[in-house]
Amino acid sequence: MSARLGRRTFTKRAGAMAMAGALPMPAIAEDKPVKIGLLTVKTGPLAQGGIQMEQGINLFLKHRGKKLAGRKAELVVGDTGGNPAGTKTKAQELIERDHVDFIVGPLAAFELLAISDYVAQHKCPILSLAAAEDMTQRKPNPYFVRASGTSAQAMHPLADYAAKELKYKSVITVTEDFAFGYEQMGGFQRVFEGDGGKVAKKLWPPIVTPDYTPYLAQLSGVDAVVSGFAGSNPLKFMKQYKDQGLTLPILAGSVAMDDALLKSFGDEAVGAISCSGYTADLDTPSNKKFVEGMVADYGNIPGIYAAGLYMSGMVAEAALEKTGGKTDDKEAFIAAMRGVSLTDTPRGPFHFDHLGNVIGNAFIRRCERKDGKLVNTTIKTYKDVGQFWTFDEKWFLAQPVYSRDYPPLKG
Amino acid sequence: MALALLASLPAWIGNSYYVNIASQVLLYAVFALGLNVIVGYAGLVSLGHAGLFGIAAYSGAILINGGYGHFLGIVGALAVTLGASALFAVLALRGTGLGFVMITVALGQIVWGVAYRWISLTNGDNGVSIASRPAPFGLSLVDADPFYWATLVVFLVALAAIAVFVASPFGASLRGARDQPRRMNALGYNVWLIRFLAFLFSGLWSGVAGLLFLYYNQFVSPQTVALTASAEVLLMVISGGTATLLGPIAGALLVVVMKNVASAYIERWNFVLGAIFVAIVIFMPEGLVPGSLRLWRWGVRRWRQRLAGPVAMAAVPPGSGGGQ
Repeated sequence: MSARLGRRTFTKRAGAMAMAGALPMPAIAEDKPVKIGLLTVKTGPLAQGGIQMEQGINLFLKHRGKKLAGRKAELVVGDTGGNPAGTKTKAQELIERDHVDFIVGPLAAFELLAISDYVAQHKCPILSLAAAEDMTQRKPNPYFVRASGTSAQAMHPLADYAAKELKYKSVITVTEDFAFGYEQMGGFQRVFEGDGGKVAKKLWPPIVTPDYTPYLAQLSGVDAVVSGFAGSNPLKFMKQYKDQGLTLPILAGSVAMDDALLKSFGDEAVGAISCSGYTADLDTPSNKKFVEGMVADYGNIPGIYAAGLYMSGMVAEAALEKTGGKTDDKEAFIAAMRGVSLTDTPRGPFHFDHLGNVIGNAFIRRCERKDGKLVNTTIKTYKDVGQFWTFDEKWFLAQPVYSRDYPPLKG
Repeated sequence: MALALLASLPAWIGNSYYVNIASQVLLYAVFALGLNVIVGYAGLVSLGHAGLFGIAAYSGAILINGGYGHFLGIVGALAVTLGASALFAVLALRGTGLGFVMITVALGQIVWGVAYRWISLTNGDNGVSIASRPAPFGLSLVDADPFYWATLVVFLVALAAIAVFVASPFGASLRGARDQPRRMNALGYNVWLIRFLAFLFSGLWSGVAGLLFLYYNQFVSPQTVALTASAEVLLMVISGGTATLLGPIAGALLVVVMKNVASAYIERWNFVLGAIFVAIVIFMPEGLVPGSLRLWRWGVRRWRQRLAGPVAMAAVPPGSGGGQ
C-alpha cells in the first residue's frame, strides 16, 4: 500500500517537473492514467438523459476494471448545466486544468456547437451523442467521433418502413421547436416523399409545453402521426394523446420511444413503431452484459443515452489498443478512433465514415406488453445505415441542412 | 494594491483555466455594474438586460461574420445596443415598479424570440460562432492571459466611468429621482429624461459586457438572452449590494465561482447557491458588501468598547449598526 502511494506521489511530481519543462521523462508517461473527461447535464430539464450518460460510461469502466489498454482509466465529470456558456467553461476545465486525453459528451447540439471550435483548437478528440447533422456534414470537425448517429439517421429508415411496409400515404409530424426536431423531421420527409408519401403538416410545440391540446386538435385526416419528442416530453405527449381519444398509429424517432422511458409509459405506448440505432432487446453478448449491468446497478433498462456512452468507451478502448495505449499524438489517436471497426457492441457491428459518423444497424421496433412490462420488440433491422441513407453523399451535402422550412411542404 | 494584485493574477494563479474564470468574473462584473446603474441608482428593477447583452453579442457576431472586421463590429454592435436601449427605455419607462419589471421581462423575451426563431439571421438554436478574437495594437488575445488583461482594462474603464457617473451631479439627480421623484419634478428636473439617460448608460455597459462575452466564448446562442440570464445578473447585483460600486463585483465573483468552480466538487451546487442567497437575504438584506462593512464596523466598535472598559459594554445587536 505504502509502496503504491509512494509511486503515485513520485509520478505526480515527475509529471509536474516534466510539465515545467525541467526534465522530460517519457518512461513515466505510460504509467499515467488515461484521463476521460465527461461533459454531461446533471441539472435542469435535460438531466434525465445526462445522468444516464454518466451511468453508461461508469458501467463501461466498471466492466473493464477501470483499465483501458493496460492503462488505468480515470473519469473527470463536468456538469454543463445544459447551457452553451457553461459547456465552454467546463470544456476548458477538462482540457486546461485536468488535461484529459479525450472528452465524451455533451448531450445537446447547442452545447456541442459552442465548444466545437475550441476542442478542435486544442486537438482534443471528442465523442458525443449530440446529433447535429452539420458536425459530420457541412462543417465537419476533424476531432469529432459519433457512435450514436445524426438526428435524421434513424428517421430515414423509419420513413422507408412507413411507406414501403406499412403502406402509409400521409402523415403529420409533431416534435419540439428546435434543431434536433427540424433535422429529424426533415430526414423523415425527404425519404417519405421520395417513396411517394405526403407530409400534410409539421407541428412544432415549444420545448416546454404544459398542454398539447392545441396541437393534438390538428392531428386528423392522415394515416399516422410521426413523433420526434425528446427528454421526458414523449411521456407527456403520449398521455395527452390517449386522453384526447386519438387512435392514429404513432411512428416515433429514436428518443421518442427510448427504452429507458418504457417503465414510465402506460398503455398509450403499445403499438408505437419506432426506429433507433440502439435497442435493448438486441441479442449480442456485449448488449446482454450491458443491459444486465444497467439493470443491476441502476435498476432500469438502458436507452440510447447510456448505450451511446458505453459504445463511445468501447471506441476509445479499441483506439487505445491500436496506439499501444498512447494518447500523446492526438492526430494518431483520432485517426485510430475513426478507424475503429467493432463487431460485438450493444448495437451490433459498426464502423465510421470518413467524417467520423457511425455506420451501423437501425432497428425498427414495435412497443408491446410482455409479462406485464412494456418492451420494444425489433421487427426489422436495416443493416449498415449511414448518415446519408441511400443518397449520394455529394448530392446530400450540396443541399441545405434540414431545417424548420427545409424541405418545404408540398402543396 | 488591489490593482497590482489583479494585474499580476495570471502570474501567481498559474493555470490558464483559473485565469479564464477570472476573465469571466470580470466580464460579468462589467455587466452587473451596468445593470446596477438602473437597479441600484435609479431604483428600477430590470429583468430584460440579458436582451441588451445579447443584442450586443449577436450584432457583433453578425457584423464580424459579415466581413466588417473587429473595429467596425464592435462600434456597430455598441451603436445597435444603444439604439435598442433607447427603444427599451422609451417603452419600459412608461411605468415604474412592477410595471417596469414586467415590460423589461417582455422586451427581453422578444429578443429571445428573435434569437430563437429568426433563423436566417441568428442561426436559431444552434447559435452563431466567430472565428477569431481581435488583436488590438497587434497584441493577440487568443491565449488566456492576454485576454484576461484586455478584460481587466475594460473592467477598470467601466468601473472608473461608472464611479465618475455616480459621483457627478447627474448621479446625484438620479438618486434624487429614485428617492423623491415628485419633489425632483417640483424642483424642475425632468425625471423621465434622467431615467432615460441612465438607462442608456446602463445599456451601453451591458453591451460592452456582451461583446466581452462574445469574444470570450467566440459563440452566442439564444440561451445567452434567456430570462434566466437576466435573473442571474440581477441576483449578482442584489446579492452583492445595490447602489454600491463594489457590490456587483462581489456578486459576480460569488455567482461565477459557485457556478464554475464549486460545481466541480459539489453536485448540488444549485442548492448551495440558493442557500447562500437565502443566507444573504436573512443576514445581510442590503447585500454582501454593505452587510460585511456593517459587521466589520460593529466588530470594531465592540472591540473599542471592550478596550474602553466594562462600563461601556452595552449590547449592540448587529442589525442596529447599519446605515440603511
